[in-house]
Amino acid sequence: MSDAAVIDVEGLTKTFGGRRVVDDFSIRVERGQIFGFLGPNGSGKTTTIRMLCGLLTPDGGRGTCLGHDIIRESALIKRQVGYMTQRFSLYEDLSIRENLDFIARVYEVPERQHAVGAALERLGLAKRSAQLAGQLSGGWKQRLALAACLLHNPRLLLLDEPTAGVDPNARREFWNRIHMLAAEGITVLVSTHYMDEAERCHRLAYIAYGKLLITGTAAEVIAHSNLTTWSVSGPDLFGLAAELRNVPAITMVVPFGSTLHVSGTDAPVLDAALDHFRARPGTLWIPAEPSLEDVFIRMMDEAPDNFNA
Amino acid sequence: MRFNFSPARFWAVLTKEFVQMRRDRLTFAMMVGVPIMQLILFGFAINSDPKALPTAVLAADNSIYARTLVRAIENSGYFRVVRELTSEAEADRALAMGAVQFVVTIPENFSRKLERGERPVLLVEADATDPAATSNALAALLTINQSALNRDLEGVLQGLQYRPPAFELRVQRRYNPEGITQYNIVPGLIGVVLTMTMVMMTSLAVTREYERGTMENLLATPVRPIEVMVGKIVPYIIVGYVQVTVILVAAKLLFAVPMLGNLALLSVVLILFIAANLAIGYTFSTLAKSQMQAMQMTFFFFLPSMLLSGFMFPFRGMPQWAQWLGEVLPLTHFLRIVRGILLKGNGVAEIFSNLWPIGLFLLIAGTLALTRYRETLD
Repeated sequence: MSDAAVIDVEGLTKTFGGRRVVDDFSIRVERGQIFGFLGPNGSGKTTTIRMLCGLLTPDGGRGTCLGHDIIRESALIKRQVGYMTQRFSLYEDLSIRENLDFIARVYEVPERQHAVGAALERLGLAKRSAQLAGQLSGGWKQRLALAACLLHNPRLLLLDEPTAGVDPNARREFWNRIHMLAAEGITVLVSTHYMDEAERCHRLAYIAYGKLLITGTAAEVIAHSNLTTWSVSGPDLFGLAAELRNVPAITMVVPFGSTLHVSGTDAPVLDAALDHFRARPGTLWIPAEPSLEDVFIRMMDEAPDNFNA
Repeated sequence: MRFNFSPARFWAVLTKEFVQMRRDRLTFAMMVGVPIMQLILFGFAINSDPKALPTAVLAADNSIYARTLVRAIENSGYFRVVRELTSEAEADRALAMGAVQFVVTIPENFSRKLERGERPVLLVEADATDPAATSNALAALLTINQSALNRDLEGVLQGLQYRPPAFELRVQRRYNPEGITQYNIVPGLIGVVLTMTMVMMTSLAVTREYERGTMENLLATPVRPIEVMVGKIVPYIIVGYVQVTVILVAAKLLFAVPMLGNLALLSVVLILFIAANLAIGYTFSTLAKSQMQAMQMTFFFFLPSMLLSGFMFPFRGMPQWAQWLGEVLPLTHFLRIVRGILLKGNGVAEIFSNLWPIGLFLLIAGTLALTRYRETLD
């Protein structure tokens, strides 16, 4: 186990009511990395994050977070982790300043007043600090929550769908901030549903039905999928898509703006199968790079749904 | 690790609770309003010694003895003659309909039989559905019967006069000689109001954090269970004191309740009693999954407290098993202490036997609350 591994867990398992929500989960996250957590709803992302910061006790598995044992030393981990929950979990009936002040106190932040003041300045909320947190819009709540979990200078940030319901501008600003933090040496583990955000991560992990399907950089994930994709444009794409879906060599047909992405796992077979369609008048076939989304949708379709088993 | 207490984190929780309490105007108003409402309602309304109860007279013998007896019955203060009846059927109907509480029947030839020394029967029928409503009135009847006719039985009839027994029976009603219900109810209300508001407020305190989703954030911070618990309990101790002050001032001004004992001693007992209620409320809040459930648990605890503690009904009137149950409740012991201090002027020596059970309850409920508090979301 090298010093650089901030998160290093093996075989994490969690069962709720007989359902394996997280099954034999292992990852390793290095210091200063932005690690993206992807997967459909209910795939176990939140549960995994909660186990990492000591909010849930794993039923099985072991590992360390910031060098501390995740089962026995969760109290030590909590002090150095900033956890941003999926749902806004600061106090809506406290003002912005009171919320930050409360968090700073429970983490026993040195020079608290100064730290809170600086956080308010950086947020651009210094003038509105007396406003109740419950009155803020979704984007501002997200900024406030991030500011709150950075107050105690954590070494690891666990962000659970931090940008859900936030406008593109605020999202971009948020990601710039995350990259700045990573450059300072803070490790970030972030779960998301947005592909553009996934591409901003240094490494990705894709989870479905509690199982880790793949980890790697975005390029590695795409390469590993062996997908070949063609982009087609032309008239009556809807009708064409219906026909294409019946071709066995084609694993996936996905509308993509004014084009269709047609993918298969075996390039020569796909090529042969498409020959017949290329002759269609008005259609234009261009080889395309499979997107992360194509890859993930493909992986999800293939993953055994052990929840329904 | 569990008892690693940080004053700074405790203070953080405490300040937060105070701010939230201040923001929640309605609850805050309730905390002061409830004691005043209950005090006025119960203080003025409850009377365990009802007087001037409606009474009907069925007089088949309109003699001087009959009139004297009816007047004597009225003079006791418990009976008020509202109707004269003419038949037994009418008497039955009046009782059955609840129009009167009592029917006094003076039979035919009452005076003749009386003068002959045949001891005629004077019948008093009571609607005794509610024993408490009639028992004091019926007790008062017994003394009337003894001497009411002495003045009318003169001359040759003197031999029929009531003769006192060979000994004298003397009764002293100490601490509340006039039997004023308020003296008993109003100090008891301190305990009832505290039990209700304290258990309810704390039982909601933690469930609210779960319901609003803020618990997830709180659990992710280094804050310890004991810090959260004490931080949430202390503000309510202060609220409890405010309530007690309101009730005590009103007790003095509105009801002139005697306060013979040491109020400083009472305030020390109060800390213990309030803390015991808060601890049980806190335990509920760690068990309940929603604020609704927390409320139900509060009432599950509050009703026996109200009914088995001796607040509503005489404690010694309950069967042994119910008394044992009552002895478990902090309110039972607190009622004895508060009544003892205010009405009897009790000191530490007299109240100690009721003080330690509250302390024991606090210890057990507090430990339970702490062990039940989940440090994870499991």
